[in-house]
Amino acid sequence: MGKRVAVVGVGMTKQRAHRPDVNGVEIINEAVRAALADAGITRAGIDAVFIGNMDHFEGINYMETWSVDGSGGLMKPVMKLTTGGTTGTTMAMAGYYAVASGLFDRVLVIGWEKNSESDTTGAITTAFDPFWDRPVFAGAVAGLALEATHYLHETEATEEDAAYVAVRERKHALNNPYAHLHLDLTIADIMNSPYLSWPVKMGDMCPRSDGACALLLVSEDRADEYPQKPVWIQAVADRHLWAYTSDPYGNESIAGGNWFASLERASRDVYDKVGITDPLKQFDVAELYLPYSFAGLRWMESLGFCDRGGGPELVLSGATDMGGECPVNPSGGVMSSNAIGATGLLRVADVALQIQGRCEERQVPDVELGLVTGFGGCMWSDVLILGKEKPEKAKG
Amino acid sequence: MEPVAVVGVGMTDIRKERRTDSFADMIFEAVQKALGDAGMTIDEVDNVITVSNDFFDGRTISSMAIQDACGSYNKNITTVEGDGTFGALFGVMRVLSGSYGTTLVCAHQKGSESESRLITNAMFDPIYERSLGIEAITSSALQARAYMNRYPVSEEQCAMVSVKNHGNAFKNPIAQLPLALTVDDVMASPYISDPIKLLDCCPLSDGASAVIIANVDRAKKITKKPVWVKGLGFCCDAYHLGDRDLSEVASLSQAAKAAYAMAGISDPAKEVDLVELYDAFSYMEPMWLEGLGFCERGEGGELTASGKTAMDGELPVNASGGCLSGNPVMVAGLNRIIECVLQLRGEAGEHQAGKVKTALAHGTNGPCGQSHCVWILGGDK
Amino acid sequence: MGDWRDDQELMVMEGRIKVPYDWAAGTVGSRYLRSLRDDKKFLGTKCPRCNIVYHIPRRNCPDCMEECSEWVELANTGTLVTYTTVRMQHPTLSPLPLPYGYGIIKLEGADTGFLHLLHEFEDSQLLEGATVEAVFREEREARILDVKYFRPLGGVK
Repeated sequence: MGKRVAVVGVGMTKQRAHRPDVNGVEIINEAVRAALADAGITRAGIDAVFIGNMDHFEGINYMETWSVDGSGGLMKPVMKLTTGGTTGTTMAMAGYYAVASGLFDRVLVIGWEKNSESDTTGAITTAFDPFWDRPVFAGAVAGLALEATHYLHETEATEEDAAYVAVRERKHALNNPYAHLHLDLTIADIMNSPYLSWPVKMGDMCPRSDGACALLLVSEDRADEYPQKPVWIQAVADRHLWAYTSDPYGNESIAGGNWFASLERASRDVYDKVGITDPLKQFDVAELYLPYSFAGLRWMESLGFCDRGGGPELVLSGATDMGGECPVNPSGGVMSSNAIGATGLLRVADVALQIQGRCEERQVPDVELGLVTGFGGCMWSDVLILGKEKPEKAKG
Repeated sequence: MEPVAVVGVGMTDIRKERRTDSFADMIFEAVQKALGDAGMTIDEVDNVITVSNDFFDGRTISSMAIQDACGSYNKNITTVEGDGTFGALFGVMRVLSGSYGTTLVCAHQKGSESESRLITNAMFDPIYERSLGIEAITSSALQARAYMNRYPVSEEQCAMVSVKNHGNAFKNPIAQLPLALTVDDVMASPYISDPIKLLDCCPLSDGASAVIIANVDRAKKITKKPVWVKGLGFCCDAYHLGDRDLSEVASLSQAAKAAYAMAGISDPAKEVDLVELYDAFSYMEPMWLEGLGFCERGEGGELTASGKTAMDGELPVNASGGCLSGNPVMVAGLNRIIECVLQLRGEAGEHQAGKVKTALAHGTNGPCGQSHCVWILGGDK
Repeated sequence: MGDWRDDQELMVMEGRIKVPYDWAAGTVGSRYLRSLRDDKKFLGTKCPRCNIVYHIPRRNCPDCMEECSEWVELANTGTLVTYTTVRMQHPTLSPLPLPYGYGIIKLEGADTGFLHLLHEFEDSQLLEGATVEAVFREEREARILDVKYFRPLGGVK
């Protein structure tokens, strides 16, 4: 009971707008083979496979059984989880629980998506309740725009502040050969981009991408058997608060009308477990699931990196840039690459690589502790902390 | 494996169509029942696993529909997409990890709200197979044919399974389809795809269920009748139907082997008192019984014909009526677990199949039983 | 249940999810489909380590993960591994009029079987091990249905 769990193998494809050269099974296999090679093992060295995506993006029912040829799951225990945008981080957490449980020593977790194969907005729209939300509501952008409008109304933040985040993410991505978008943008570029749904502009949004990511998670009993230094999962948590789109806004009886209580509560849960009281100082790097620019302001407040309303000041100070106090998304983040099922897992992968010192151009010096978040439909929040040191005991 | 128990169970009844209820209504009912059964409040649930399928529900992130109803507010919650046996297995992992003392697992399904055959067609590869129109029934027919060609199992023997299970359903108040059938009735029912006839098939169903799993310390506090998880196993075979011999049961045998090893069972026929398996089609019952090691390969039909698998037989199989009597797809495996729990507690009422000390629950995912999950449950720790 | 739940008009909303798809066949799949379209030929890929010829072709071997780099030309005939005759037409799924069937067919040269349609047969001809041949469409589009169906060698006798 309660084994400590380490990441010992990382594999990812390059995130691209369109990968017509591979079908879904093949893109999964690219990441899987990369992870196996990184861990120095063959398929025989896997005890179970956990895999996730968002069904309607590829239109494959029972995806986990469909993809065994590529996932490495042939004649092995295979399970699928799917939790919308958080799917990627969910996969890391599922692998964590599977190994911590003691039932499996070595679990391969996979997140992937070929967003090019479907109408992303059309698919996302099906997440919303068919009676009450779907007829009046469309896709992810509008939902985020509601939040952004509320935030601008509540605080002194401006669209330009949000644009800073957009520029930062894309600039970071220039150091990451795996990222999808490699754009050198300015604040003016963001501000001049067309509005999608006020105040969200094209430049404020994430792309949609094709890509896959696979990680090998192993028990403390075996973590030293691998060529790469193990990266230890310190704590994980998730929270979900809403069923209908309008739930969180101005409804004091639901989490005091705080629509991102889920991120606050999930992050406090892991902070308590690990002893984080000052995230800005204590984390050396953060890979956060920021699907759009305004998130890079507001959600920093939810994560306790600054006080309420302090997002713009924090970000504009350069604290979250490369070289800053706690660089956020050296990988370029979700705003540079968004193969949805993979996206959360790529955050975990990049923090693991940061801790192992293998990030090359995007390496942050001396990384010992990293924060990861995942985000999804109706403000589902996953939070993970990864670190160089083995935790004293499994904190879950 | 550390001791982990099922401490609460709840099932809505299984019906063809539940127009009065939304998914959330059904889940609320099942969860309330499970909490009531365990004598717990929702606050004592440490984390939640939901089980549903985005295709059947016509909804991306299908779990969103039931977040309020399953009490997931401000809890750690995730969604397994796959038969309920897999979801519940993940729920066990959550408890074994040490992070949680209790896990609530709930599953929902409304076969009535969608066109099942279009949905099962969607499990086939879009480039190579889907446009052929293949779906669950026609693909299973390929397997049934391979099975009956290879082994001396007949359509009549499979018909006996339908007769038995629909008959058992009279004694199960939640079953959808109690039917008084004869083998002739089944044989005379129209063929959908040879050799599968209408009465060889499970129906379309609506329903929801929930189980609460607890570690040993919490289980002791919660209930005097914990049912212990003795063994678990799951395994997935090849995907393309032509990659494997459809008459073989390799992944089932492997899953069973893992579960038996964990449970310390070497002779299932002797050591297991009762089986609840996933009989989506009548031929699956003898076939899965063989894969589970209750008889030799090819003897599943004979085992059925002998009467041993009747409710009052030596090895009652699907005393609940099985999936043939009601199959809310994602929920069906969870129901197999729940039926075993009731039997082990001696609480199965009219369909109680004698004294049960060790029971086996089984679920499956993917076309033609590609992936299987096996649970061994016991009354003693 | 309170009184208000009795005798009520129950609302049911009809709908369809509108999500169109563009599935990529990939380089391996594309070559396979082009071969059907342009040459009326089936191709398999071989794992060099396991020595298995996969049809439907795979880019990587599901077992050892090696790239299946060798292409193998397969015959247009093969044997029936298993089969079923469909008896109930489905309004949208059924691609052919009844009676039609499905078969797992192992083409000569392949080590695995694959799924396709059966037509132009009498039930008595559907047997494990029976030889079947592919019938191609005149106009082909690089789709699996460029092969109309398989039939027993020579068709109905």
